[in-house]
Amino acid sequence: MNHDPYSWGRPSDAMYGQYNNAIANAPNTLEHHSSGSNFNENTTRPIVTGTSVIAIKYKTGVVIAADNLASYGSLLRFQGIERLHKVGKTTVVGISGDVSDMQHLLTILDQLEMENNYDNDEYSDNVDELQPSYIFEYLANLMYHRRSKMNPLWNALIVSGVDSKTGKPFLEYVNLLGVKYASPSIATGFGSHLAIPLLRKLADSEEEAAELTLEQAKKGIKDSMKVLFYRDTRSSKNYSLAVIDKDTGIAYDNNVDVEDMSWKFAKDITGYGTQRV
Amino acid sequence: MSPQHGSQPIQHQFNPYSDNGGTLLGIAGEDFAILASDTRQSVDYSINTRLSHKIKVISPPVTKEMKLESTDIVGTKNSVLFGTNGFSADGDALTKAFEENWKWYVHDQNSNVETGFEFLNENNEEKESFMSMQSAARNVQHLLYGKRFFPYYVHTILAGLDEEGKGCVYSFDPVGSYEREQCRVGGAGASLIMPFLDNQVNFKNQYIPGTNSTERRKIEYLSLDECLKLVKDAFTSVTERHITVGDGLEIFIIDKNGVRSEYHALKKD
Repeated sequence: MNHDPYSWGRPSDAMYGQYNNAIANAPNTLEHHSSGSNFNENTTRPIVTGTSVIAIKYKTGVVIAADNLASYGSLLRFQGIERLHKVGKTTVVGISGDVSDMQHLLTILDQLEMENNYDNDEYSDNVDELQPSYIFEYLANLMYHRRSKMNPLWNALIVSGVDSKTGKPFLEYVNLLGVKYASPSIATGFGSHLAIPLLRKLADSEEEAAELTLEQAKKGIKDSMKVLFYRDTRSSKNYSLAVIDKDTGIAYDNNVDVEDMSWKFAKDITGYGTQRV
Repeated sequence: MSPQHGSQPIQHQFNPYSDNGGTLLGIAGEDFAILASDTRQSVDYSINTRLSHKIKVISPPVTKEMKLESTDIVGTKNSVLFGTNGFSADGDALTKAFEENWKWYVHDQNSNVETGFEFLNENNEEKESFMSMQSAARNVQHLLYGKRFFPYYVHTILAGLDEEGKGCVYSFDPVGSYEREQCRVGGAGASLIMPFLDNQVNFKNQYIPGTNSTERRKIEYLSLDECLKLVKDAFTSVTERHITVGDGLEIFIIDKNGVRSEYHALKKD
């Protein structure tokens, strides 16, 4: 049953005169109001969203982090949504933006991994093993293809990992427009304003990143997550942190909390809300 | 309440383009050509990366013998230097599409794609097969015009050697209008550098002293060193004045010996 009163029909104009559309701003025609037909079903704006993903390369791998929150506008709607995803043996994909589009991407990545498992295993010496670069190329083509159909997946993705053959760290970005780039440190959303300056201080070039230790990289990411929690209203204290190392593989922790916060500065903030000036 | 409300749905439009800044510059000399670009990729006021590549060297395979002659060679004399500037996703897609066409074209000339040489020619010697600059340019026009109603939002410049071995530069607008030129700048710094190059490469507004501005200075080819100086000066200057230009300068030089590249740091601010 259609529960919208406007689609229930009404007596003919001949009997009661013209309907006054000004009342309750009623639509002029039923077609306009009934769902479907006139609306396109493409994503034209994100609904439930995940905020920044941040990552940095170091000597032998990559550190990547994203919080576990999915917001519905300004409502902190779902607090257990992980946005870092393992694909294959040496890749972690971090996804920000629309969460339903992210979940769609995950089903695709699952299929990709499954297909790869059919013809690639230890018996074939893992020659066709999924590498971060393969996964990135696939996702970048998918994102550009969808934008070119004017039906984008409303996300910004960071693909991180190490090439299992060469041991080289990999870090690249692609977004809903299909714009892609590689950099020693990458962040999406607010992270690009708040975290990138901190991370570039650690490593502003590939050469500098190749000198960075895991501890330095991890500290940089943790500090950045703290700053993001301070300043990004759509962020949460609880986040996921993944380290992909060429020697030790993927270390994934989905339950990290922002530590050593100090809100002392808050007492000096004046100009908002209830307070004595 | 807004007048639209209720009567019709509010239209949200997805904008499929973005401006990723940067500048691309090509100069043709008598027996060489240069294609240069900065390596910054940005969007709005953010720098995405300090090292992205806007120029692709599309070349027949570089043989060991060529490497022996010069170790820093990255392409043969039959290469196409392919540069795009504007919306980087379209730039990457266009580059990929052209590279694909280039490979099939070379393949269809009965050549060996692995070695880049034809299996046999009339003198029973191996001849490198490639795509002429003229053909490359026409192909790029087709690629661009094929998307006339949803354009690749890029300024494209090709550089290479023509069939006489002379340097050539072809420049394109987003929908495929193209022209062979002596020099061209595309992208964010175009309006700042192009007039400078008009003056320094094509000697525009230069008159012979003492003729009371009646006799123009005669056009002559610039040497490679003079061109490289111009390129470096142009990029250091535009880095000062344009926010989306900076970080690094990548220069590709093609001549009869092949393609080599140079990298110079630009200001990172």
